[in-house]
Amino acid sequence: MRPKIHRAPIAVASALLLGVFATACSTEDPTDGDTGSDNTSETSESPDASESPEEGGEQEWFDQAVYDEQYEQRSATFEGDPETPYLQYIDGEMTDTADYKSNKPGKACFANASIGNPWRQTGWITMNQQLKDLQDKGVISEMETRDAGDDDNTQIADIDYFISEGNCDAFIISPNSTAAMTDAVERACETGKPVVVFDRGVQTDCATTFIHPIGGFAWGIDTAEFLVDNLEEGDKVVALRILPGVDVLEQRWAAAEKIFDENGIEAVDFFTGADPTEIKTFITDELNKGEIQGVWMDAGDGAVAAIEAFQDFGADLPVMTGEDEMSFLRKWEETGLTGLAPVYSNFQWRTPLLALEKIWAGEEVPKEWVLPQTPITEDERADYIEANDGMPDGHYAKFGGEDLVGYPEVWQERQIP
Amino acid sequence: MSATTTTAAPGRSLPATEGSLVQRALRGAVTPGGAVFILVAILFLAVVAANPSFGEPPQLIRFIGRTAPIAIAAMGQYYVIVSGEFDLSMGAVIATQVVIAGNYIGQDEGRVLPALVLMVAIGAVVGLVNGLGTTLLKVPSFIVTLGTMLALGGLVRFLTGGAATGNPVDSFREIGRGGIQDVPVLEVLPYPVIILVVIMIGGVLLMRSPFGRTIVATGDNPDAAGLAGAHVWWVKTRAFMLSSLSATVAGILLVGYAGVHPSVGSGYEFTAITAVVLGGVVLGGGRGWLLSAAAGAFALELLFSFLNFQEVESTWRPTVQGVIIILAVAAAGRAWSFGRRPSRTSPPAAPAPPSTPARPGTETGEN
Repeated sequence: MRPKIHRAPIAVASALLLGVFATACSTEDPTDGDTGSDNTSETSESPDASESPEEGGEQEWFDQAVYDEQYEQRSATFEGDPETPYLQYIDGEMTDTADYKSNKPGKACFANASIGNPWRQTGWITMNQQLKDLQDKGVISEMETRDAGDDDNTQIADIDYFISEGNCDAFIISPNSTAAMTDAVERACETGKPVVVFDRGVQTDCATTFIHPIGGFAWGIDTAEFLVDNLEEGDKVVALRILPGVDVLEQRWAAAEKIFDENGIEAVDFFTGADPTEIKTFITDELNKGEIQGVWMDAGDGAVAAIEAFQDFGADLPVMTGEDEMSFLRKWEETGLTGLAPVYSNFQWRTPLLALEKIWAGEEVPKEWVLPQTPITEDERADYIEANDGMPDGHYAKFGGEDLVGYPEVWQERQIP
Repeated sequence: MSATTTTAAPGRSLPATEGSLVQRALRGAVTPGGAVFILVAILFLAVVAANPSFGEPPQLIRFIGRTAPIAIAAMGQYYVIVSGEFDLSMGAVIATQVVIAGNYIGQDEGRVLPALVLMVAIGAVVGLVNGLGTTLLKVPSFIVTLGTMLALGGLVRFLTGGAATGNPVDSFREIGRGGIQDVPVLEVLPYPVIILVVIMIGGVLLMRSPFGRTIVATGDNPDAAGLAGAHVWWVKTRAFMLSSLSATVAGILLVGYAGVHPSVGSGYEFTAITAVVLGGVVLGGGRGWLLSAAAGAFALELLFSFLNFQEVESTWRPTVQGVIIILAVAAAGRAWSFGRRPSRTSPPAAPAPPSTPARPGTETGEN
């Protein structure tokens, strides 16, 4: 970029300079790193340092009351038939829907956060089959869907479009993020039409019903307790996390980290974006450093890459928690590792439409519709693998659509509607 | 480091090839293209100091194997950058190839060969579109390749809905995951390492061929190159095709190494560009050494591993990476300007070196 006149290289000077720069970088760094590793070793070794994670991101996401509530809900009794888990709920406040009673098929408007991960895709397929069923029954005339592609602004625009021009008889909203979507959901509530929110929550209780499985803390408790039970104090766990800032994921980690801390398990966490290349790199580097006894994941996407990293390295397979994604269940069976498949109940994608059926029939629905969320254990694994024979790797075992039209071809071919 | 430069016996005496081996190595090391090798050495020592087992041959060769896709992508990006353009579509090409491998091959072993042919064809076509859009339509390459990046990104989303499908059959994945077993000292020689070495040798030979020299001349001054008889549009188009084909190879290796996921390859274009810049190749074209780009990729990967070993907080990691990359490039840039400053003490009798180096693109010690 400079004029091309000067040509005499001063060898020594610049070599020295570069050396100084480069060593400056590399000496600066260890100090950075040291403070980091001090933190982690402190938290894992001495119980009195358990406050230190709260200085960072933990405080933001850890909520003792919600943690305790979800801890209890894991063993709560659910109303309804266990054969139809997508209709089960924990007894609580109900919303009266007599005003919404209607005798003609209504139009549902669905503002979807995205179908950008295999869990959402599986649910979306199931939801569409459930829709066909309700259209045949004359409950729903049509469902207009807008996909926000993981973008808050798009989803706010989608909801406002539905309010002003959608000609909607009811709103279904799967929020992209908690705080950002609150106002838009409130605007939808102000129309006086039923509003069904599911999966991630919003900071308002104006919705007719809010449908979700027990929650992220329950996931964290189930998985971390499993690892603690199967590991020794002082063992090391690598935590593979998708991304920061999403409440359902952060709560999983917040609960797990607390339990690891309390039980003297050393845990290192990484953000992987579910990219198998990153996962493999992180694990290989960690294996280079020393043995890893456990792997914890905040979502099962990429579990196979994690297991392969151990195989390729020639290390003993870890105790591991993944998810009920078929790829993990199959790899788990094939390798025979000690594992657990936590479940973020995918069948919840059926519930919003079934809730509309109840609402338009004037039947009361739970204000907060808490669905069951039970991990798949090693004993149950074979049954789920058999029941989902022929399903693609990205399919979720507890998708709950076995009785719907199109089963199993629609899910096997995985044609995204 | 500059072994390749020194092996070629100079038939004529040009400033870049004058002097003893040591002198030339030293002179090469102070140019940005050579300084990156010093950076790699320093980072390597830092990583080994942080974690001695990293230096054991079996671990080291695995590290080289896993860096191969990035190094290959960086060398592909080098051709485009040295010709004076950018290729932003690289990550999208990798993602497309990865998804095609997953969707088309699936568990059908018989489709491995057709799939490879298909992937190479797609890589070539994408490069052709990038090249023709840049040269014939005169759209800046930044925009053309941004366009192909978006178009391919859309295709991947359409094919997958944005989520992972199944992995292709294991025999295909062996290319990126397997290796020759029971090699003495190394234990295993991963196939990606072999592929990387072959591509490096091929690349060096290519840069010494008339095409290689033309590509650098084109990046330096397209008008002059055109007047000298080069078909500038075709030279640049071929550079883009080399880039997309490199991305294709990287994609094939990554399917094996990691498996199918639409996020595989994301950010590769910027990693590759960073590696090329770190390797002292001048943005805007006309200067830089092919193997320095590959070395830049190794420097980046060593840096990431170093941060892993130092247990930098996961949330801080990208920030630390970014700052160190800026510092490293700044350091390399300083070396560059120091190396070029006229020496006031040097005797004025020193003849002005010719305006082009002896072997453009194959020399660290260029002006």
